[in-house]
Amino acid sequence: MAQNASSEPTPQDLGFFSRLAHPGYFLQWSAYWLKPLAILVCALLAIGLFYAFYNSPADYQQGDTVRILYIHAPAAWLSQFSYAVMAVASIGSLVWRHPLADVSAKAAAPIGATFTAIALATGALWGRPTWGTFWEWDGRMTSTLVMLFIYLGIIALWRTFEDQARAGRIIAVITLVGAINVPIIKFSVEWWNTLHQPASVFRLDGPTMPMSMLIPLFVMFFAFSFLFLLLHFISMRAEILRRRIRSAERRNAQRLRSQG
Amino acid sequence: MIDIGQHAEYIIGAYAITGLLVGALIIWINRDYATQEKRLKDLEAKGIRRRSDEKKV
Repeated sequence: MAQNASSEPTPQDLGFFSRLAHPGYFLQWSAYWLKPLAILVCALLAIGLFYAFYNSPADYQQGDTVRILYIHAPAAWLSQFSYAVMAVASIGSLVWRHPLADVSAKAAAPIGATFTAIALATGALWGRPTWGTFWEWDGRMTSTLVMLFIYLGIIALWRTFEDQARAGRIIAVITLVGAINVPIIKFSVEWWNTLHQPASVFRLDGPTMPMSMLIPLFVMFFAFSFLFLLLHFISMRAEILRRRIRSAERRNAQRLRSQG
Repeated sequence: MIDIGQHAEYIIGAYAITGLLVGALIIWINRDYATQEKRLKDLEAKGIRRRSDEKKV
């Protein structure tokens, strides 16, 4: 039964958070953030790279390979953060069946997969001169590799289903099951005997790194985080448009069928 | 350019891989957005709209 157009809520009728999450309203407000975010990311990356190469010392043990950590650690952080975004979106998708939650989860997967691949590659390139090996099947590295496979599986699943609303619910369950890997990655260095060093920044007794190394690390951390936000916004916008196209094409096909 | 020591190839390799993968991701996401925007405009130009958009017209 078709609803009366006047009884449907417009974005203005909704509360603040519901309005933010309304797909049509999201397209409007996110458009204003793209350019400022792009400028912010470029500026932070320029400052971060300057500090990483010109204004930070070599480590007394690792030497200059410490400069790899300024991209490795932020990439590893985003690998887990992207998954956390997908897990929260999956709850939104399952509990409230919110269409923007589906869109958010789908848009975050390729970004998370890319940063997981970067974390693994840069970790291997740091490990060879520091540990003497590119790869070791220890807890941190293996669980991060598993994370990459989970991401790739989720991306493949999104492409398998024609009905994206149904896909959203199935993939939300799989995403939440896979979320068990996030604390495993985080605590792997404490639970198992591993080559990977324990946390050296976010510790109860404070960071073990000097300020001269913390500055490039934090600047790159924010650069990567804002880059994630920017790419996530653009990717979500593309996904909303893709769903609108599918809906318009379906409607057109129905109309042609009823006419013919 | 500063001297990045005896392990320069690993440091340059790490930054090159990161630049390549992030660059590819940025291009792919922006291209996808541009493609969807163009497809939607083409459909609207042909008068093909979603049910909710037709109500607004």
